[in-house]
Amino acid sequence: MSESKIERLISEDGIRCDGRRLDEIRPIKFQLGVLKNTDGSAYVEWGRTKILVGVMGPRESHPKHLALSDKARVEAYYRMASFSVEEWKSPAPSRREVELSKVIREALEPAIFVEFFPRTSIDIFIEVLQADGSTRCASISAASLALVDAGIPMRDLVASIAVGKVEGKLVLDVQDKEDKAGESDMPMAYMPSKNAVTLLQMDGQITHDEFLQSIELLKKGCIEVYKKQKEAIESHFKGAVSNEEEA
Amino acid sequence: MSQRIVPTVKRRQIIELSESGRRMDGRTLTDYREVTIQTGLVEKAEGSALVSIGGTKVIAGIKFEVGDPFPDIPNEGVMQVGAEFVPFASPEFEPGKPDEVAVELARVVDRGLRESKVLDTTKLCLIPGKKVWIVHVDVYILDHCGNLIDAAALAALSAMLTASMPEACIEGDTVKLTGKRLPMPLTDIPINITLAKIGNKLFVDPSFEEEEVLDCRLSVAFKQNGMLCAMQKGESGYLTPEEVLRAVEIAKDKSQEIRKKVVESLKLNCDKVGEY
Repeated sequence: MSESKIERLISEDGIRCDGRRLDEIRPIKFQLGVLKNTDGSAYVEWGRTKILVGVMGPRESHPKHLALSDKARVEAYYRMASFSVEEWKSPAPSRREVELSKVIREALEPAIFVEFFPRTSIDIFIEVLQADGSTRCASISAASLALVDAGIPMRDLVASIAVGKVEGKLVLDVQDKEDKAGESDMPMAYMPSKNAVTLLQMDGQITHDEFLQSIELLKKGCIEVYKKQKEAIESHFKGAVSNEEEA
Repeated sequence: MSQRIVPTVKRRQIIELSESGRRMDGRTLTDYREVTIQTGLVEKAEGSALVSIGGTKVIAGIKFEVGDPFPDIPNEGVMQVGAEFVPFASPEFEPGKPDEVAVELARVVDRGLRESKVLDTTKLCLIPGKKVWIVHVDVYILDHCGNLIDAAALAALSAMLTASMPEACIEGDTVKLTGKRLPMPLTDIPINITLAKIGNKLFVDPSFEEEEVLDCRLSVAFKQNGMLCAMQKGESGYLTPEEVLRAVEIAKDKSQEIRKKVVESLKLNCDKVGEY
């Protein structure tokens, strides 16, 4: 307990405990089409955070009375595997998972042309295999790619990242250690080409100036994630084209 | 289909009115509805408050219980916020366990209180590592006329600000209550302000009919010193970053107005609340 308090998370010259600069994101690796039984899927390794997302749909709503007459019903299910954190976590959804499922759905729905698929359901299943901070951001970013893989028409990709305040400094892309010891955490989801913020949360204490800086830092971070998402899409479909040519 | 026609027509009407800065109920876009706070209604609770914002009614009650601390913070008390949506509050509510809307509301209220450090939980330890006070903060939605988050946050806060905690004495490993009361270890007066985005306008304190047609909402909680302590965007629309900045500016102004109202109606002694 006291040990962790002595340990500094940011060095004198502004290097974080995992060697990153203050505004540097972790290595992110996206992969599309990783599951056989879904309509679309994606896997992300975001530092040590590892998440699988599967999309089913658009498909018939079940139960039927929940279907919407003018658009598709989007549902997100954010779940953490029991072994994904330090201590065993009950597989039953916690209040946190219920809330995150709601905000993740609300972050993705503005990107989907839901009006193209009335009376159907689009279900987004998210399994966090290992959690090391920013799981909601990684989930949203990977889910966007799973939706693309499912061929669902979208207005833009949703890219997401978090800014935290650690030892009085704003840092981009907080990992678990920084989140737990930090003074604040502020995740945002953003559609760069639409200039649209689709998720915004914050806890902790920040001044108005820090808030303004955070928004700028978040935009920059989201655009970096966005680039990585696009690269993943390109490499996935490039592979698909060359496979067809070979066949 | 018919359910969606009325809100579509209404939405157009609300947007047209907002072009001239007005709203269906006669308010301007930044007007808050009338707020009333009645405390101490439930004598058996350690603290209670019935809050209304316009027609919206929420009651909050505080109960203390001796319990086990969390292993990672063995010397701190625990605060737990719960929300119950009573079925008579709206035809939309159904009996049963809290759904995602209730869970989100409770967690947003919880974050606003917790992150502002309104309650100094380090002063709620009874036997270090073994027994601490568990403070249950439960809000019941009684009448839903819009902006439940602000109403619930205000009720929870008012109940907490006017609560007293039981005095306990420790004999060996047992906790005994003396029957006396102690003041609550309070350090702040956090205020949560919610705005709705409809079309390209921001509406402070959305009413039920505005909520029915909104694009999304943004709730921001402020400490007394003006720092932000919690934020939540809700519903399936989006805001531009510029709209986010504007919403936070407006919310900051409004939070001062509502805090003044709280201090006045609770006749708060400024010395009692930390740095106030």
